[in-house]
Amino acid sequence: MEKALKRYSPFFVLPTLLAFLIGFVIPFAEGLYLSFCQFTTVGNAKWVGLSNYKKIFSDASFIHSFKFTVAFAVVAIILINVIAFGLALLLTRNLRGTNVFRTVFFMPNLIGGIVLGYIWQILINCVLAQVAQPLLALNSSAGYWGLIILMCWQQVGYMMIIYIAGLQNIPDDLIEAASIDGASSWTTLWRVKLPMVMPSITICVFLTLTNSFKLFDQNLALTGGDPNHFTEMLALNIYQTFYARAGMQWKGLGQAKAVLFCLLVIVISVLQLRATRSKEVQQ
Amino acid sequence: MKLKKLMALALSGVMAVSVLAGCGSGGTKGSGDSGDKQAVGDASKGSVYYLNFKPEQDEAWQKLAKTYTEETGIEATVVTAASGNYETTLMSEMGKSGAPTLFQVNGPVGLANWKDYCYDLSGTEVYSQLTSDSYALKDGDVVHGIAYVIESYGIIVNKALLDKAGYSIDDIKSFDDLKKISEDITARSAELGFAAFTSAGMDGSSDWRFKTHLANLPIYFEYQDEGIGSTDAIKGTYLDNYRNIWDLYINNSTCAPKELAAKTGDDSRNEFLDQKAVFFQNGSWEYANLVGDGKFTDDDLAMIPIYIGAGDEASQGLCTGTENYWCVNSQADENDIAATLDFINWCVTSEQGTKAMSEDMGFVIPFKQAQESPNLFVKQDAEMTEAGKTPVSWNFTTMPSEEWKNGVGSALTAYAADQSDANWDAVVSAFVDGWATEYQLANG
Amino acid sequence: MKKRNSVVNTIWVVILSIASLLYVYPIIMILLNSLKKETAISTSSAFKLPTAESFNGLQNYVNAIASKGFLQSLGYSLFITLTSVIAILICCSMCAWFITRVKGKLSQALYFLFVFSMVVPFQMVMFTLSQTADTLNLNTPWNIWVIYLGFGAGLAVFMFAGFMKSIPLEVEEASMIDGCNPLQTFFLIVLPMLKPTMVSVGILEAMWVWNDYLLPTLVLDIKKYKTIPMLIQYFRGSYGRVEMGPMMACIMLTVIPIVIVYLVGQKHIIKGVAAGAVKG
Repeated sequence: MEKALKRYSPFFVLPTLLAFLIGFVIPFAEGLYLSFCQFTTVGNAKWVGLSNYKKIFSDASFIHSFKFTVAFAVVAIILINVIAFGLALLLTRNLRGTNVFRTVFFMPNLIGGIVLGYIWQILINCVLAQVAQPLLALNSSAGYWGLIILMCWQQVGYMMIIYIAGLQNIPDDLIEAASIDGASSWTTLWRVKLPMVMPSITICVFLTLTNSFKLFDQNLALTGGDPNHFTEMLALNIYQTFYARAGMQWKGLGQAKAVLFCLLVIVISVLQLRATRSKEVQQ
Repeated sequence: MKLKKLMALALSGVMAVSVLAGCGSGGTKGSGDSGDKQAVGDASKGSVYYLNFKPEQDEAWQKLAKTYTEETGIEATVVTAASGNYETTLMSEMGKSGAPTLFQVNGPVGLANWKDYCYDLSGTEVYSQLTSDSYALKDGDVVHGIAYVIESYGIIVNKALLDKAGYSIDDIKSFDDLKKISEDITARSAELGFAAFTSAGMDGSSDWRFKTHLANLPIYFEYQDEGIGSTDAIKGTYLDNYRNIWDLYINNSTCAPKELAAKTGDDSRNEFLDQKAVFFQNGSWEYANLVGDGKFTDDDLAMIPIYIGAGDEASQGLCTGTENYWCVNSQADENDIAATLDFINWCVTSEQGTKAMSEDMGFVIPFKQAQESPNLFVKQDAEMTEAGKTPVSWNFTTMPSEEWKNGVGSALTAYAADQSDANWDAVVSAFVDGWATEYQLANG
Repeated sequence: MKKRNSVVNTIWVVILSIASLLYVYPIIMILLNSLKKETAISTSSAFKLPTAESFNGLQNYVNAIASKGFLQSLGYSLFITLTSVIAILICCSMCAWFITRVKGKLSQALYFLFVFSMVVPFQMVMFTLSQTADTLNLNTPWNIWVIYLGFGAGLAVFMFAGFMKSIPLEVEEASMIDGCNPLQTFFLIVLPMLKPTMVSVGILEAMWVWNDYLLPTLVLDIKKYKTIPMLIQYFRGSYGRVEMGPMMACIMLTVIPIVIVYLVGQKHIIKGVAAGAVKG
């Protein structure tokens, strides 16, 4: 069968491979190369070695956006996962209306980041105006918490679904056995349920982590980096370096930042993957 | 089973829509295609691609471009960038094949970014049509850009309300008059039911009125004193006047000074439309938003100069100038450059072009063939100039950077919340020291 | 014991109901304001219900649809999403089958590359991708699916391959022995078995393409085409003016179809998303 299949490989592999080359491999390789160049288009690149990378570390805006992204990610990950897990626990109790609740909590996930950003910008500005506080564009802490609320609103439903699936996979007799042994529902949660849904937790933490780091649309639409680049996250910072500044030096710097950003995301993913693997072995 | 039916339904629906969309765009695409073919068949004709800055005028530009194509057979495309995205859109479009042939910069500071892309317009027909050389963006003898719209700003007055308060436009001839009347209105605001000024919102939709447009006045008077047109270090001679007018704005407004940070440009405009305030600092571009069905008529409104108690107030006119300069992309194809020059020349000289620019877009254009604009504020500016008043020029195009404006803006906001001398010192520092540092950064 | 439980449950139901209401409130608020006259939408009155005086009927919707080419953008968005998802489903499932069934260095290398591409953030390739697309003229709604196929292939191949590893070889081999060529085998035997994964992948990729903002902004020829996420920004004017009424109407017009599709097919969507996430 392998042989026959190999003869047909043009049909099976070629379309995807061609598109993959155009859409990913070539741009990726070019991007890597250009991070060592000064350029305004791919055509006029001039090799400058590591100087772009050196500049990154003296770029205060990039360092600030890195710190801001980390501060955002930590809080967002904790909040999203705690809320989502709590909801999942409640929605596996056979309460009345479980389906309705699940539907409602999941819905924002389907709406795109730009639209979500605008919805929350309007809402948050109205709330701030009511309490006579500076609007989003002038208010760095409102921008930070606004992003976190928005992120929670969008992601909680998704993570909740994964936790529900995890909780439903716990065999009933395990929980029954625990209650026969006289475990309180609190101990059951900590000693039985939590360890059993560990795989779901790693998945969710991983997803929220990469989502937080890659966040762009929501950032652009909600605050656009205001006030004064304070709420600018990594992805937006790279975009701004690329497209909001004119001149040779910026494009190379932007591309170098992008490479660094890419490395960062890859490292996070690999670490996460390792953690997941080791957990699975234990079980 | 259900799913299958659903999918079939969705699919057919989508197909129907895409067919419709195909038809809908078929019209435009068809013309685009034929245009492309023409371009291939007759490349010598070139084509025009204008990246427009002002979203308000998008429709009018589309119409005008269409007329031009119908008349000359030369393809003219106008794309408008979303507000706040002009620079990013221009940057990404410039990187593509078929880049814009016509774009805009906002003055000397904006030009610095795009100098390499600016075709030298000296010696072109459209340059010779300018009414004054001061409307060209020059570097020595090289003409990088030419202004295509002249705008004015000042304090827009609701005449009926002013009348109700017992005053008329003619009573305001100086900063002292303005101060006296505003404070009187504030004292009686409970009885009158309106305030002197609309809220001076400091969010991004409105703060440019103060950190940029109002800040122009102290800069203008300083430049006048020194006899210069730009500087690497501002002295801040007139910053006390700046403080006085800002105090007047925020203490005689529809809301408490502390709440200004929570107000937007829309709030401010709505207050004015709802007859909640007499004065509204804004420009001729607001005309279309203020006059019309269910809004004001020309007779209800007037625009007066922003007096800050400096210079010769008796002969002070409105703030008139431009921050919109056309530039032709020098890296475009030669034929496209020629076509673009023809296009802009047609826009500012032909009957249809000048009519569209004045009536549909509400612009005053600084060209010899310009038609009279129906815009009330523009007419008032012309009247004042005729009466011998000197317009205040727009010097904020020489402000060193966006960062500088933001610095002044946030200092103003902090000062509005707590009007202490220390906070005003912060404004002065952002104004004077910030200018020097930002100028250094921008110009090495 | 039982009684206490039901009291607790009732309390939870009440709390969850309130939470749900809060959860949909942002959308309800936009909906209510989109029915108001423009002058009645301000930061201070946004939380008030429309009154007889401020009610504007569907005028904002009419304006939104009429002024900015909304229907055209909707058509483009639908067309792009549909073509991209179909291309991804067919091409990637074929590719994944090949990779799992033909063992070798090439297959392994490809699989690794696909997985790798899932992790790479878009900013890494945005500039070079837009230039590549420009040189190849892949900048119209009619062919942008090639880009989406390329950039979305990672996730799809990964999920298909994960599922295919679990289906037994025997059926396929039997059909080959019966004289089917690999193409027939794939479409007649393998494809029907893939249906649940197809749904998951289809939903995930559709959500991505439909909501995508940056890629079409940079890649599409903006002289002629705008997608829905690109359109929404055009309600802001150059002097800070925002056409709040039409903008909110436009937001609602984008949200409503999503909500309808979701409510109709929620079972599959939730299941698909969960399955996709667990495998991813």
